[in-house]
Amino acid sequence: MKIYADNAATTKMSRTAIDAMLPYMETIYGNPSSLHAIGQEAAEALLSARESVAKNLGCLPTEITFTSGGSEADNQAIRSAAAIGARKGKKHIISTAFEHHAVLHTLKRLEKEGFEVTLLDVHQDGIVLPQELAATIREDTCLVTIMYANNEIGTIQPIAELGKICKEKGVLFHTDAVQAVGHLPINVKEENIDMLSLSAHKFHGPKGVGVLYARKGIPLTNIIDGGAQERGKRAGTENLPAIMGMTAALDEAVKNIDENAKKIIPLRDRLIDGLSTIPHSCLNGDRTKRLPGNVNMCFEGIEGESLLLLLDAKGICASSGSACTSGSLDPSHVLLAIGLPHEVAHGSLRLTINEETTQEEIDYIIQSVREVVEYLRSISPVWHDLQEGKRQYVIQ
Amino acid sequence: MLYSEKVMDHFQHPRNVGTIEDADGVGEVGNAKCGDIMKIYLKIKDGVIEDCKFNTFGCGSAIATSSMATEMIKGQKVEDALQLSNKAVVEALDGLPAHKIHCSVLAEEAVKAAVKDYYDKNGIAYDPTLFTSCDGDCEHCG
Repeated sequence: MKIYADNAATTKMSRTAIDAMLPYMETIYGNPSSLHAIGQEAAEALLSARESVAKNLGCLPTEITFTSGGSEADNQAIRSAAAIGARKGKKHIISTAFEHHAVLHTLKRLEKEGFEVTLLDVHQDGIVLPQELAATIREDTCLVTIMYANNEIGTIQPIAELGKICKEKGVLFHTDAVQAVGHLPINVKEENIDMLSLSAHKFHGPKGVGVLYARKGIPLTNIIDGGAQERGKRAGTENLPAIMGMTAALDEAVKNIDENAKKIIPLRDRLIDGLSTIPHSCLNGDRTKRLPGNVNMCFEGIEGESLLLLLDAKGICASSGSACTSGSLDPSHVLLAIGLPHEVAHGSLRLTINEETTQEEIDYIIQSVREVVEYLRSISPVWHDLQEGKRQYVIQ
Repeated sequence: MLYSEKVMDHFQHPRNVGTIEDADGVGEVGNAKCGDIMKIYLKIKDGVIEDCKFNTFGCGSAIATSSMATEMIKGQKVEDALQLSNKAVVEALDGLPAHKIHCSVLAEEAVKAAVKDYYDKNGIAYDPTLFTSCDGDCEHCG
């Protein structure tokens, strides 16, 4: 049995997306900038893709820029807002401590260039408080960038409220919606989102393609200079097959949002309930304000990488925020941001399911995790210390 | 594949897992903050390690290096066990990824800590410079 429960890392491409790509590799392979027939056919497809994506986000086609993915879109959104701010002498940016590194590392670089960054607290439940954002915005704030839903713990932020605050205060609002698009209903106009990043491979589209939505009138700063593609804001021949695959995947995902959520949420909750019966375990992030497919748990007294490897041996593909899985020495910054101590954060497990996950698979995961956690605890000196009272439990 | 077959074998089927109630020497190194703790138990008779067991909290390579290190010192004279180097453990496991080398250092230190405990308990004189252990503030722990 092979159970893929790592859909937040990436998803399997849908048949729809693959089929949508093939003609643009085999027959309509022209460069959309070429004037001949094959090129113009490609240009028309590109235009239709832009219209379709715009419709699904609730914006204008001219507000869509195709990028190489979520990271590039995040970089460009933040760089653009920073450049606009700098021209007006506004060099303060607000974000959160648990953003994706595509955001955090871009902000780090801007700090070196003289910007000041304030990271909002995401609290124990992994959710930003709108009133705290309102209180943090200053005269010189040029950008607020807050993710739509967190990639590790799945918590959904009150984006419409945050957008409204930014609009009232006249500050640009960007959201990294990589984990949310195709899984949650989104309308950029209704939610007062000025800029939004998305990535196709998180909703059964191809890898290496994404979108930056930027409201009309927001001048973008190029990350890639060169030709006049994407209204001169993103040079390089458009990756049309990938764009067509993404467009088809997005259309399908958006159409099925409600139906998929109805299928996935009960399974997610069954998984949370089942894993919560393991003693000294806890769910990370708010129980209900979370992505339909996200489960993130900590098990005290064990380390996440060994948990992952043993689950893999049982055919379960999952992920962890332990230091050992990140290749760094610190556990996930997301788990630390919600206040977990290092030793607990090392024992985290993220399972991200989708609409194809079955109840049998959920029950198999619960059983397997229970067995593996019990085994690892049986050989863990930390667990023995906890049981003997030499160490205090963090998770009751 | 992140790990060699040997690492996976020792991780999935670790040798010498457990504790020894009346151990002659016990060594614990690492800390939970870093994500690795190894505890090694030694049973020593006539200067020879008759039995040894371990408990480890940590990643796959931490468990595999504990398993391999205990295999390598079992049946050895105590002085010889002190010569066990992290490099030898890594070689015996057919290598470790670069960022996992510190696990093998922990295994070496755990063996030394257990021997030191045995020396201390039995009033055996030793050169203290032979023993350095993780205080949770080394370059690996940050």
